[in-house]
Amino acid sequence: MIDPVLASRFQFALTTIVHIIFPVMSMGLAPFLIYFTWKDIRGGDPVYEQLRRFWTKIFAVSFVVGTVTGIVLEFEFGTNFAAFSTTAGELFGGPLAIEGMMAFMLEATFLGIFVFGRERVSDRLYMVSSLAVGVGTWLSAVWILIANSWMQMPRGYELVTENGQEVVRLVDPVAAYLTPRFGYMYVHMQNAAVESVALFMAGVSAYYVYRHHVWGYKTANIAFWQKTLKISLVALLITAPLQVLQGDLYARHVYETQPQKFAAMEAVWDTESYVPEYLFAIPTDLSQLTDPRAKELFGIGIPGGASWLASGGDATAEIRGLNTFETEAPPVAIVFWSFRAMVGMGFWFILLAFWGGYRWYTGELFKDGLLHKALMGSSLLGFVAVELGWVVTEVGRQPWVIQGVLKTSDGVSPGLTGNEALVTLVGFVGVYAAILTLYTYVVARILRGGPPDREALDAVDDRDAPTAGVPGDD
Amino acid sequence: MTSESVELLASGPLFGLPLPTLWFGLVFALLGTFLFLDGFDFGAGAIFATLDDAGEREAVLSAIGPFWDGNEVWLVVFGGALFAAFPSVYAGLFSRHYLLMFGILGALILRGLAPEMYEQRHDARWQRWWGRSFVAGSVLAPFLLGVFAGNWLVGAPRSATPIGVLVGVDVTVLTVVSGAAFLQLKARDALPEWVTQIGVGAVVVYLLGVVATLGALAVRLPAGVDALLSAPVLAAVVGSVVLGAVYVVALRRRSDVVALAAAAGLTYALIAVVAVLMYPMIDPAAGVTVGDAIVSTLPLNLMSVGAALLLPLVATYFAVLYSAFSGPIAAEEAY
Repeated sequence: MIDPVLASRFQFALTTIVHIIFPVMSMGLAPFLIYFTWKDIRGGDPVYEQLRRFWTKIFAVSFVVGTVTGIVLEFEFGTNFAAFSTTAGELFGGPLAIEGMMAFMLEATFLGIFVFGRERVSDRLYMVSSLAVGVGTWLSAVWILIANSWMQMPRGYELVTENGQEVVRLVDPVAAYLTPRFGYMYVHMQNAAVESVALFMAGVSAYYVYRHHVWGYKTANIAFWQKTLKISLVALLITAPLQVLQGDLYARHVYETQPQKFAAMEAVWDTESYVPEYLFAIPTDLSQLTDPRAKELFGIGIPGGASWLASGGDATAEIRGLNTFETEAPPVAIVFWSFRAMVGMGFWFILLAFWGGYRWYTGELFKDGLLHKALMGSSLLGFVAVELGWVVTEVGRQPWVIQGVLKTSDGVSPGLTGNEALVTLVGFVGVYAAILTLYTYVVARILRGGPPDREALDAVDDRDAPTAGVPGDD
Repeated sequence: MTSESVELLASGPLFGLPLPTLWFGLVFALLGTFLFLDGFDFGAGAIFATLDDAGEREAVLSAIGPFWDGNEVWLVVFGGALFAAFPSVYAGLFSRHYLLMFGILGALILRGLAPEMYEQRHDARWQRWWGRSFVAGSVLAPFLLGVFAGNWLVGAPRSATPIGVLVGVDVTVLTVVSGAAFLQLKARDALPEWVTQIGVGAVVVYLLGVVATLGALAVRLPAGVDALLSAPVLAAVVGSVVLGAVYVVALRRRSDVVALAAAAGLTYALIAVVAVLMYPMIDPAAGVTVGDAIVSTLPLNLMSVGAALLLPLVATYFAVLYSAFSGPIAAEEAY
């Protein structure tokens, strides 16, 4: 029989990993859609109407799938992590409830107007709706990350015993809800969302631009795709360098507040100073795969690099080793490699942004086939990097569900049987695989269908026919 | 926030209000709001099953298109409020009804995805299957939610109980009552006459179902018949019969808004009966009262301020949304 703790952890990991894709899409698209709506309403270049309509379709589908997968996460705190919910509910439940009332409601109600109401409401209300949807998606992340950052860096509480059980009691709301961690996480997450969507847009538009300009296939809406490529490159030029610079500060904050996680990120077992920043490490045999530096066969590192990063400039700074903590280490290999892959991609995105920016400057943006191919190949990497970042954050804090306060294994529902947990885990593997397949299929269809033709838009008089949420008839 | 204001918020309930009881009421009011608002979407999904014509089916989907996402958020808000105010109840209830909760989630996933998928392609096979999924999700979600509410009330430790099944059927039929009124309001010209008949039939079945459920509760509840003879329960039952009559007349006369309002009244009356019968317990299965389960004063006060500020705002969003789409919605308008 399977262990209910393990099954619950797998299930939560699976449902989060799949869910996060859709809010990243919504949060990342939101500023673009506000911009497109603004330009469309002000008139001028009709390409902005195409841009608004086209990317709204992707947003609408992502939002629906995000809603159904997000409700699952809220419920899982009660079903699978009842002990955690009882212990920390006083502090943790509030942000979730406010998220629903303040953010999710705003987003969901105004999305109805934004998707279906262009011809029904005034320009002003339509603009307000696009802003409300965007603000709603960004506020959602505020409250979710307030809850999550408290788990990473718990403050403003005391532990009391109630009915024989230790529970968290809120004593200082400002300290509890506005941790420095929240600031680091929020900037990192939102910037990642915009960067991921910019990469996605760049990859898709590069495909059409490549076909048109390099291969010579005539593409009907080439102006639309050229515009998309340029806009996404601008977004990438802003977000990609910011992400790496801010990520560096964030990592330093982790070193100060979650030293065990930082040690896992660098796979440091014994406390050392002048720790190299390993770019790469291979263990002596496969049984050591879970720990790339325990019996190191081969590694490439920058001398003093990790110490330098952790301390903000001191290559001799000490890093506390995993062996010195009372609790067992998190799965080191997962954290170590996820961190490296994420950071590596972060630098690659900067390179792509500068490469594209340079070609734009030299007037060869639409001609550089190699750049187009690089963008196409990278179109989903932003999402991959986001996933890896969350793996570092969430796996890295194990065995704690609330850092230093409650272990994950003590947070699982006490009455949960292994069979129950297994049934729902297997169910979710199937259902979430189906959801991902369907989502991919639908988004691919929308991308293949391309934007609505300008001629067709002109023919639309008082009807909002081909916009909302779906492509036109077959 | 200064430390004085924190001390003030921690010193006692705001304005001396009976906040635990108010939050108990709010939790059920939010559940009722979800069951009414998403209820007419569910009901529309059930009625969808009786329509073969592609145009009629489109009309149903267009009618709920702009609204259902906002409606469904009330479930999240209900869950959040229960979690925030009564975390141990949230944890106890949800983990005890483990498989039932996942059944509800599965049904909601199916119901949420199906209309979106249905509209993606226009070939018959694809639409037939997604149409079926839409109907299955729309019927299963309220049924399982009703089972959950019934189990909660009688303190059932496991997922399938006779009372739970009875309440599940009641809630499902009630969503058809709401759905018929909503469709008549939003898509009257596109739909056949029998949608009205379905609504009328459903309200009769619903009232009979409530009587049967109350009879079963008289046997099952510890306070028995006495609990059912209390003034609020009697008022809710009599009120439901009156609302049922108003609904039938209004639906026949095509006073659609009145019919929909009557359906809302029926939903809140049902939830009120559940809440009244349960109070002062909030988790009868664990013998936990509202006073036992409430969070401490500081977060309770903070949450109360938050809810008092935000819920009127949310009501405004809904007013804007529903007025933007007031009147009938043409099938080709939405999609």
